[in-house]
Amino acid sequence: MPRLLTATRRAALAALAAAPMALGLGVGPASAESVLRIVPHADLKNLDPIWTTAYITRNHGYMVYDTLFAQDDKLNIHPQMVGDYSVSDDGLVYTFTLRDGLKWHDGDPVKAEDCVASIKRWGQKDGMGQKLMDFTKELKAVDDKTFTLTLNEPYGLVLDSIGKISSNTPFMMKKEHAETDPNQQVPEVVGSGPFRFVKEEWVPGAKVVYAKNEDYVPRSEPASGAAGGKVVHFDRVEWIYIPDPATAMNALINGEVDLWETPAVDMVQLLEQDENVELAVIDPLGTQGWLRPNHLHPPFDNPKARQALLYAVNQEVYLQAIVGDPKLYKECAAYFICGTPNESDVGVEALQSHDPEMAKQLLAEAGYKGEKIILMQSTDIPVLNAAALVTAQVLRDVGMDVEVQAMDWSTLTSRRAEKKSPADGGWNIFHTYATGADATSPIANIGVSGGGVDRAWFGWPTDEKTEMLRDDFAREADPMKKKAIIDELQGRLFDHVVPYVNYGQWFQPVAWRKGLKGVLVSPVPFFWNISKDSG
Amino acid sequence: MYAYIARRLLATLPVMAVVGIAVFLLLHLTPGDPAVVIAGDYARPEDIEKIRENLGLNEPLHVQFFSWVGALLSGDLGTSIFSNLPVAKLIGQRLEPTLALAIATIIFAILVAVPMGVIAAWRAGTLTDRVIMVFAVLGFSVPVFVIGYAMMWLFSITLGWFPVQGYKPIGEGFWPFLRSITLPTVALGIIYVALIARITRASMLEVLTEDYMRTARAKGLDNNALLIRHALRNASVPIVTIIGIGIALLIGGVVVTESVFNIPGLGRLTIDAVLRRDYPIIQGVILIFSGAYVIVNLVIDLSYTVLDPRIRY
Repeated sequence: MPRLLTATRRAALAALAAAPMALGLGVGPASAESVLRIVPHADLKNLDPIWTTAYITRNHGYMVYDTLFAQDDKLNIHPQMVGDYSVSDDGLVYTFTLRDGLKWHDGDPVKAEDCVASIKRWGQKDGMGQKLMDFTKELKAVDDKTFTLTLNEPYGLVLDSIGKISSNTPFMMKKEHAETDPNQQVPEVVGSGPFRFVKEEWVPGAKVVYAKNEDYVPRSEPASGAAGGKVVHFDRVEWIYIPDPATAMNALINGEVDLWETPAVDMVQLLEQDENVELAVIDPLGTQGWLRPNHLHPPFDNPKARQALLYAVNQEVYLQAIVGDPKLYKECAAYFICGTPNESDVGVEALQSHDPEMAKQLLAEAGYKGEKIILMQSTDIPVLNAAALVTAQVLRDVGMDVEVQAMDWSTLTSRRAEKKSPADGGWNIFHTYATGADATSPIANIGVSGGGVDRAWFGWPTDEKTEMLRDDFAREADPMKKKAIIDELQGRLFDHVVPYVNYGQWFQPVAWRKGLKGVLVSPVPFFWNISKDSG
Repeated sequence: MYAYIARRLLATLPVMAVVGIAVFLLLHLTPGDPAVVIAGDYARPEDIEKIRENLGLNEPLHVQFFSWVGALLSGDLGTSIFSNLPVAKLIGQRLEPTLALAIATIIFAILVAVPMGVIAAWRAGTLTDRVIMVFAVLGFSVPVFVIGYAMMWLFSITLGWFPVQGYKPIGEGFWPFLRSITLPTVALGIIYVALIARITRASMLEVLTEDYMRTARAKGLDNNALLIRHALRNASVPIVTIIGIGIALLIGGVVVTESVFNIPGLGRLTIDAVLRRDYPIIQGVILIFSGAYVIVNLVIDLSYTVLDPRIRY
């Protein structure tokens, strides 16, 4: 009997021990894999950072691809994949040599011909790339590690273009992929960057997984912005897309994720109160708001009516409505972003004066007689929703008859391409914003293009002088002369063109769990250099 | 019976065809352009035009429609415009979380609501009945997201019993699965508990006053046998009907719950696709949903014959 009891007891104990495994309660084999979990600002829907300008795809590009040059946190350009480079005395021939140890994720070495094909594809798609290609006579591989770029005439933005930090960033791809039509997606993601894309674990709308690229050879310099050594401290990085801000905040507070890229501004205060969470602004350039008038139709086809907008807008009112916390915004009238070498104060008085009476006078001089103004309001993007409501009131205050048409962003983006008159389904005004990194120069900032119906961005400003000054800026290499061109251009933009009205500059904080170290200062979030305290 | 099932199944074909045409036309006639979303905010009009051309969005509407139908008839739901992944694969990735949430919610609702309704009817007019009915009214009145956030705060952040968000497939273990599905199930289930409990109470009250119930009581049957074998079975047709309607309503309900608890299910897939105008996904998911509606209705109709032998098809 005692033996039976013992056997029964053993069986019971064995069953109890096995039960958790059967129920899946076991923790499984110990895993030393380190994982960084972040909540990105958007869902990664497509994978080709040349095909789309979407920022989330650009960020994905930085994970898996590498760049020839990169911008540091002081906006200076440094070699990244390039080891050495030289410029001929006449400034026409650039010779680039790739550094040692560069490999694609499939094990093949990175060759100069891959880079040539990648630059050509990017050059067909990106605005700065197209400009560079306009000045390029020849781009060719000399040997496996060296290639040359020969210009028709001196061009001041060669390295700024190839080292461009934001969309479309010139990422290097394998030749066979880089030969894909730039208006089609590349068939596969094979980069040479610090992370590998784990396609089999990708769930669009939910999760993206990257594994550390063990073959990656980081540069020896310390990481700074997109430049320097990309040293990875985690085996995996998981992007967990959480569209609901309240849920994302709770997940961060509960320690289920390590970093939240874009905390909603109305949740910043709550996060500041949590002792386990840190908040910081890592993008010193911030974001610039654009109120975009349609230059093709009355009343904003008249420069005086556009200038009236400058006098009517008060940035403080907009920034209070869309951000609220004065720590996270600043009034800045400059077109090319405050805090950069291209910041200028020429012509800013109109935007800084907040003079509704002057706005009314200018509208009268422009011949405005109470015609209906169609203002497209994007209701699904809180910042744009608030900005549109403020503008509606601002315009009514200066005597305009405003019809606010509410729609989602997708609808707005198709409607804004409509060139018909507002009465026939067109529009007069919409709002958008640009990250500072995309607005720091006359070439990068597509909003200031005066190329008219054929070449300018939606809203279609037309001004030959603006285009001439933008070209002059692109050609010029001397920083002092560049600054003089910026001043002249900005004066022209404020006094005549008013391509858009800048409704303020604001700064998006990033939130992460305490214990996370090495988050880099940059307009783009990078996930190398970050480590976690083991305690 | 088999002829009836066959007739009903055949009748789904024109229903699906109408749904397919209506969805296709609605989507393509609604403003919005996936090419613009793909190209991004700073793309130039000519780039958008080239993308539109490559995606075949410039083709006449009838050409796009017949190309979609042709692929559909060969079992191909199409490819996502954005991710370039097959729609069937995307739906497959999202099916388990939605099914798990829907099934768990219905089981939870039935297990809680039916006894509540029976007890409320049995104790009609008493404090117990009133408490249950107050709960039912509250269940109807409080939106799912409010219940969700409140439970998240209490059970996840304060007590640490459950994760705030995410879904663990059952293949990764039963306990992680259960932990991930509990709060969404309860949050989504409360409204169905309220709905089913009220209908159960009403049906039971009607049956409890029938002559045969008086006879059963006179025979000396105990309360359990009386309530469950005699009353509940006879009251079950409206209850099953409301459960069927509940399952159909769940398809809408999971959208909010999946968003609040960040569950990567079909509801979120649909919303994301609508916002981006990813036509093949929207069309595929709606076809699946409408097929599910038809099947659920058929199952409910067939269950009547089991519950009430007088019903014949």
